[in-house]
Amino acid sequence: MTPFTVLTAPVAVLDRANIDTDQIIPARFLRKPRSAGYGGFLFADLGVRLPAGSAILRAGENFGCGSSREGAVYALVDAGIRCVIAPGFGDIFAGNAAQNGLLTVALSLDVPEGTVLTVDLPAQEVRLPGGTPHRFAIDAFRKQRLLEGRDDIDLTLAHAAEIAAFEAADRAARPWAAIG
Amino acid sequence: MTSQPRTLFDKIWDAHAVVRRADSADLLWIDRHFVHEGSFHGFGMLDHAGRRVRRPDLTFGVADHYVPSHDRALPIADPEVAGMLNQLRGNAVRHGIALFGLDDPRQGIVHVTGPEQGLTLPGLTVVCGDSHTSTHGAFGALGFGIGASEVAHVLATQTLWQRRPRRLRITAHGLLAPHVAAKDLILAIIARIGAGGAVGHVVEYAGEAIRALGMEARMTICNMSIEAGARAGLIAPDDTTFAWLAGRAHVPRDFDAAVAAWRALRSDEGAAFDREVALDAAGVAPTVTWGTSPETAVPVSARVPDPDREPDAVKRARIYEQIHYMGLTPGTPLEGLAIDRVFIGSCTNARLPDLRAAAAVLRGRRAAVPGLVVPGSVATKRAAEAEGLDRVFRDAGLVWGEPGCSMCVGMNGDLVSPGERCAATSNRNFPGRQGPGARTHLMSPAMAAAAAVRGAIADVRRLAP
Ligand code: SF4
Repeated sequence: MTPFTVLTAPVAVLDRANIDTDQIIPARFLRKPRSAGYGGFLFADLGVRLPAGSAILRAGENFGCGSSREGAVYALVDAGIRCVIAPGFGDIFAGNAAQNGLLTVALSLDVPEGTVLTVDLPAQEVRLPGGTPHRFAIDAFRKQRLLEGRDDIDLTLAHAAEIAAFEAADRAARPWAAIG
Repeated sequence: MTSQPRTLFDKIWDAHAVVRRADSADLLWIDRHFVHEGSFHGFGMLDHAGRRVRRPDLTFGVADHYVPSHDRALPIADPEVAGMLNQLRGNAVRHGIALFGLDDPRQGIVHVTGPEQGLTLPGLTVVCGDSHTSTHGAFGALGFGIGASEVAHVLATQTLWQRRPRRLRITAHGLLAPHVAAKDLILAIIARIGAGGAVGHVVEYAGEAIRALGMEARMTICNMSIEAGARAGLIAPDDTTFAWLAGRAHVPRDFDAAVAAWRALRSDEGAAFDREVALDAAGVAPTVTWGTSPETAVPVSARVPDPDREPDAVKRARIYEQIHYMGLTPGTPLEGLAIDRVFIGSCTNARLPDLRAAAAVLRGRRAAVPGLVVPGSVATKRAAEAEGLDRVFRDAGLVWGEPGCSMCVGMNGDLVSPGERCAATSNRNFPGRQGPGARTHLMSPAMAAAAAVRGAIADVRRLAP
């Protein structure tokens, strides 16, 4: 996945609360292979078209709530979106986003469409043209993954010995957890 | 050394932490992993990297989202739908995973059949690439939905990096009134805290009303935790839980020893929660949603809200938008609002007591509108038929379908037509959820049955036998 560092781009705006993942990508497209390209499915039934070349989306409260479908992230990423700024996100959506190099910034930022924003992940701030920077919080682990564009599984496999040790100890500690 | 009192959530989390990172996420061991047709992206990533499933014995494949509700003997007409089922079978066979496929007696919606088979147990971590995995919390298991990349991660490592969520306890005091169901209670809770009200939290449901619920009703509650944004929902296991599990296919062989261990799975006296919410369950009325978020749940006696009476401009716009999509007029009573169709099913409300509650209203009556009743699993279907519930539905003029997700999400082709109004027992009334332009009103099985009889949203208390 593509690492995320600093991004400067005009912002697209979809300022509605509770845009769930069914609205980001309707269920009927989820059977498509990723190789089909998911960008054309983005907001398919919402009648919303993002301005061409949009890489930053400003959205409303609780963006990406609902279904766990990672296709919602594929649709955004394949449509060229690298960062979504919203007051809050669905938890599963935000996790899926980080797995695909899509940065979710939890911030209330009232800027009109077309404003050129700079999203600076190392500094954890969004800068308005000539304006003050807006700090945002991000989990340290998620930040590191986004900066490096690294596969989680590789990282986890470095802990293979600990996993094996846990597995063995757990068998004795929780015999009832086995499949009966 | 005296140990700090801990919540149920903390006990489960701590027992599963393989690696702890001071700066954020912990690596958690996963006890049960369910996959379904939609998990093909996860398998694709696994195969692409040339990896194998680490613990196929803890992984279970279930066909539910795309399975047809009618005529299973016939070939599936839509080649893409048939392809989804073939793909799941292929992945299961290649990786040595048990499959509850189309013709298996264990087939059903993953969140119905998993518990029925005794795969979901107190104290486990349960994941699935499906947000309603929160359902499994009814057993005191930490169950949560994951995305495709995480599915690949669990397949490859049997673990998952997770940031420790905050703890929210929701206490429901008193007992539910007659004809008021768990669905009404959870809708009332979501209306109270909002669709994003529990984001970042695991919810523990407590109180007299929760303790009095059977396991199926507890599953209804935990199922919809995600509709308030919660990472998971939990109910401490008790004798109701143990009695329900006893004798099921995959429960521990030494069941008594397991129960003894499970009795410790409760929040200790004085354990700290990050937030507490309390509500009066006895005051909850039969409830329906009017808008396109479950948070728009109101008592059936309420009216469609009038946006012009909302002082906040953002909220006003949001009400307008929903009223427009739903084709409603501000100020009209919800009771009496004509509907076009009924759907009784889904992982929220397709278990035996749900079907009994709907049948009790429909017995000896005719539905005024078409409707589909889809049991949650083959086992539930057989049990319902043994009681003659299928006859009640058929005699009322409703279609009795084959188990699966069906019209909850329409992936198998069971869709609500554009502009049609559907009384549904499922969990999501999002725009387009049941099909493009479909208008969904969420309610309990008994309320959906009452709506079928009246051809309009109705108060089940007026029709109750
Ligand atoms: S019944 Fe509906 S909500 Fe439940 S798993 Fe199936 S599609 Fe998802």
